[in-house]
Formats: sequence, C-alpha cells, structure tokens
Amino acid sequence: MKIHEYQGKQILKKFGVTVPRGIHCTTVDDAVKAAETLGGKVWVVKAQIHAGGRGKGGGVKVATSLEKVREYASQILGMQLITHQTGPEGQKVRHLLIEEGADIKHEYYVAALTDRATQSVAIMASYEGGMDIEEVAHKTPEKIVKVFVNPLLGLTDEQALTLAKGMGMNEASIPQCIDTLKKLYTCYMETDASLAEINPLIHEGDGTVKALDAKFNFDSNALYRQEEIVAMRDLDEEDADEIEASKFDLAYISLDGNIGCLVNGAGLAMATMDTIKLFGAEPANFLDVGGGATTEKVTEAFKIMLKNTKVKGILVNIFGGIMKCDTIATGVVAAAKEVNLSVPLVVRMKGTNEDMGKQILKDSGLPIISADSMAEAATKIVAAVK
Amino acid sequence: MSIFINKDTKIITQGITGKTGQFHTEKCIEYANGKNCFVAGVNPKKAGEKIFDVPIYGSVKEAAQQTGATVSVIYVPPPGAAAAIWEAVEADLDLAICITEGIPVRDMLMVRNKMKEKEAKGGKKTLLLGPNCPGLITPDEVKIGIMPGHIHRKGRIGVVSRSGTLTYEAVGQLTELGLGQSSAVGIGGDPINGLKHIDVMKAFNDDPETDAVIMIGEIGGPDEAEAAMWCKANMKKPIVGFIAGVTAPAGKRMGHAGALISGGADTADAKLAIMEECGFKVTRNPSEMAKLLKAML
Repeated sequence: MKIHEYQGKQILKKFGVTVPRGIHCTTVDDAVKAAETLGGKVWVVKAQIHAGGRGKGGGVKVATSLEKVREYASQILGMQLITHQTGPEGQKVRHLLIEEGADIKHEYYVAALTDRATQSVAIMASYEGGMDIEEVAHKTPEKIVKVFVNPLLGLTDEQALTLAKGMGMNEASIPQCIDTLKKLYTCYMETDASLAEINPLIHEGDGTVKALDAKFNFDSNALYRQEEIVAMRDLDEEDADEIEASKFDLAYISLDGNIGCLVNGAGLAMATMDTIKLFGAEPANFLDVGGGATTEKVTEAFKIMLKNTKVKGILVNIFGGIMKCDTIATGVVAAAKEVNLSVPLVVRMKGTNEDMGKQILKDSGLPIISADSMAEAATKIVAAVK
Repeated sequence: MSIFINKDTKIITQGITGKTGQFHTEKCIEYANGKNCFVAGVNPKKAGEKIFDVPIYGSVKEAAQQTGATVSVIYVPPPGAAAAIWEAVEADLDLAICITEGIPVRDMLMVRNKMKEKEAKGGKKTLLLGPNCPGLITPDEVKIGIMPGHIHRKGRIGVVSRSGTLTYEAVGQLTELGLGQSSAVGIGGDPINGLKHIDVMKAFNDDPETDAVIMIGEIGGPDEAEAAMWCKANMKKPIVGFIAGVTAPAGKRMGHAGALISGGADTADAKLAIMEECGFKVTRNPSEMAKLLKAML
C-alpha cells in the first residue's frame, strides 16, 4: 500500500525526523491560506499523487508571492499529471502540499528496504540525491553506499556513521544525519514498511538535515496491525477494478492486451499470461481466483474482466486439486450465463474429475471451447479473437 | 530415497484444530503412509484431546518428546505463524514446513534472523520450508501440505517451484508422460523464506534416486540466479527451467508477495538468460516442461 508525500512526512515527523513545515490542502483558497499561515517569502506548491517524478511533470513549483501560490495551486490542482510512473493518461491531482521554502545546500538520497538475499533491512544512501536513484545505480553504482541491518540488533552507530560518511554528508551535519538514519530505520520497522525513501534529504545553510520528500510502501500482509497507516489509504489513487476485485478476494491487475484470463494460483496465472503472449496475443489482465473458484467468485471475476472493453476473449485455466473440476465447470457455466458472456471462452481444466468437468461444459449449450493444455488453450483463444 | 521426507518421517501438525489444518491433515493422513507419519497435533487449549485419532499436545516440544517427531507442518493463521515457526525451531526439529499465506514480512525477518543466531551460537539447525507454500511430497510415501496427492506418481524426477499450482502443472505433465517424481517441493512465494531453489537443488543432486529436475521460478528476487550459478558448477543431473512472468509489468505485485519486479535482474527474461547460460534447458512454454525433460533422459 502506498501513501502521499504529506502523509509520509507526518509519519517521519512522528518518529522525530526533521521535515519542512507544511500544510495539506485540497482547494486553491486553502492553499493560499496555508501559505499565509506558514509565513515567510518562499513556498513550494507540491502535487500529491502516488506516482514519482512529479517535479519533471510540472507538479512541483516554487512560489515567491501569495499570488504565485494561487496561480500555481490553480494550475496544479485538478490537472492530469503525467510522469514516467503514471502511464500516458496521467493521474488527476486532488491534493496539494504547501510547504515553507528550504535553504538547500546539497541534496542526498537515503532509503530503507527489505533485502531478500541477506534477509535483513538494507539502508542505502548517496551523495547523488534529487535524481532518479535507478539511474545512479546503473551509471555510477560506486556512488551508492549500502549497509545491511540485522533486525535483532537494529542500525548500529557504526553503520550509521558509515552511511553518513559514505554519502558525503556535510561534516557539521553528521551527528544529525546519524540520528535521522536511526529514526528512519525505527520508522521503517514499526510501520511495517517495505520501502521508506527520502529523496532528497538535504542539509541547509545552518547545517540542519531535513527530509524534503517522503515515499513509503507498506507490507499489505501487516496492514491488519497498522490502523494508522490503513487510515491513510487513498482509493482515488488506486485502480478501481483492482479495489473491486480485492473485495471478492481476487488478485487482479489490468494489463494492455485483449485476452482476459482467469486462473487459480499466482504462478500459474503468470504462466498462462506468458503462454498467451508466446502464441501471438497479449493478456488483458492478471487474475488469480485463489483456492476456492466458487460460482460467486468466477462470476465476479468475469464481470471485472469484461468491464475492460478491450477484452475480446477469455481464457480460464484451472488446476483442480482440492477444488474439483466438475465444481469449477458448474461455476464457469453459471457465471457465463449470468453475465451473458458474448466473447469467446476457452476453458482448460486439469486435475480431479477432469472428464466430468468437460462434460458439464459440453452439455451447457454454451459455445465454450475446451482445451487440454495451456498451449492448446492459448492457441484456441488467440485464433478465436482474430 | 527422496529428499527431506519419506515414509518413516514423524510429523507434528501446528494448527491442527483450525479449519484449514483439519481439512488438510485429514487428506494427508489418507495419503500413502500418512496414518503412521502424522503422529501429533499442537494446541495448548486442547492438549489431551484427539483429532482423527491424532493426539494433541500443549507444545511442539512436548509433542516431539512424546512421539519422536522431527518435522512439523504449520497452518497457524498469519498473526501467530512466525511464533509457531520459532516454537518448532526451539524444539530442535529437523524441518518446519509453513503453509500459512500472508505473514507480515517483518515477522519473517525477525524469526529468520533468530534462527540464524541460534545456529551461529551452535544450536541445532532447523530447516524451514515456506512460508506461503504448498508443502512437499514424496509420492507413495508421504504428503505434507495442501497439494492434490493423486496427480503424483512415484519415480525419479525432482520438482521445485515457488508456485503451488505451477508445481502441480509440472507434476501433472510428468505423470501424463509416465515419469514419476522422487519428491516435489514448493518453496513458497514470499520474499523472506527458508529453503531456496539452491538448497533444494543441492538435495536433489545428492539424492541417488533423483535422475533429473524441473526447476520453476518466477519474477522477483535473486534466488533462481543463485541456484543456476551453483548448478553450473556442481549439478550432475539434467535440469529443465521455466520462469513465470515474462508478461508481468514492473512494480506490480503479481499475487505472490515476492513476485514483484524491482530491478533489471528480477525479470523473467534476465533469469531465463542466466539459467540457459548455466546449462539449464529453459523453455518459455510452460506446457512443454515435462516433454523437454523426457527428451533429455
């Protein structure tokens, strides 16, 4: 689960990391009021969407007067902000963060994330803040310093010092930088984050270390014990179909192709998508129906897939283990009837009671095409939509 | 022989009284020698009772002491699952198999590091399979987990995969071609887990009754590449490899918590390339895994 920058900064602040003073707002008038409340002569008007690259897309502006705050706020609020992470259609800006200006002397990068290989928390830091870290990692990997934190010990003083020195932190700011890194680590663990990134982390003229941005991802397995984080969820930023699917315990992700697929198991679902591509078409979605492919779940899955007008055919691939093929076939037939399925449907079922399942499909009176293997199913659905 | 488990393995079920635990324990007991293998259940509140004729004990330690069991299978719901793993480790079992899906990553980080610390201090090493896995099976001997038993045949091919249904797919194809399995192992779809591809490949390499292996991976993480490098230098048996997720977009979690592309080496293409370089027979067509393997024997 992702959150907005202004929420990320609230969390950082709660854990003791210094952030600029700022006010979240949703209207232009409130943006101007926020700037007045903050005082000073320089403000930053920042679009709040879940995607990164907001600055390049025109979603972050520095204003030197209240008139400019009004002008920028009205430009940004409601715009379709396009960044390298939003896709070509962009994301509508519904929230703003108005912040006091910062006296930036240098921009650094710091992030915490879970490292699978070492089964520890990796903290990465770099002198090259303010830019795309993947580009830094690609072009100049030597400019990124990394430590691996054993969660039983936490981030040690020595590790924090290694990071602060390795990122070339301003000498006078090193003690506060170490403190900030430790607080970031604590915050990462206690909020069950899967990514906590500050880009840029800056030092100011007086040596103050400040987080100018905050990007968080949270472990969805842990949300049951993170009420405060769950309250920050912004459904406007998420795919409506994915939200709808999650209500029925379906894992759904929409893609660009024209063949809908409904599969049990995440690995088999990906393999099915790959097979569709291998045989010359593109999958319209990833959909894992999970262990219990009941009539209700299959019906909802059909409805969600068919909302996508690009879908010209559907491939159902079920490995019936505990769930028997005849039960699944009954569910598929009922679902196809309920949604008045009008696109070609290929069903591949394997496992327990396979023959009974196929007979049910055959006797349904519906034009359902049966297949024995994934490859055969993909060939048949690709042919049917051409 | 087989890897990790056989008909003489004695098993404790943690979470035996829950709905999932009950359902699958019954199926496991019905399979092959299951009746003699599943010797204990654990539930502190129901100690002294029996379920499917299996005695329930108050703790894993007590169950192990009373029955001589060396393996446990865990169906405990996510909030208590990591603690259940730790209980199995503290009882010095050989192997804990965690079926539970949805355990917070932080909990797994803590328990995995506690396990490593215990080993570093000279304590007994307990292997962990999973979490979020179907378990493992040695056909016609014992099945520990949620896989459909009847699709398996006893034989000489090893199968290892992160995904449950893809394991079944590979097993189903093998059985259809008349090739039985020595053991089939689901290592699970979570980012922080126990046994990895490399560990299972090592075990298959050492198993005199395994002739060849199907190794199935998916997008995300370095495990398949690591296993491939090891196999290049050490593996004496033919391997067919498949990686799911060529069509998966970057940055999206594809069902499994661990199936997420976060860098170049995470992609299916990158993994397939490394596996091919390391001498695997790789395929992009998951329907022909068993056919390719048969051609190599």
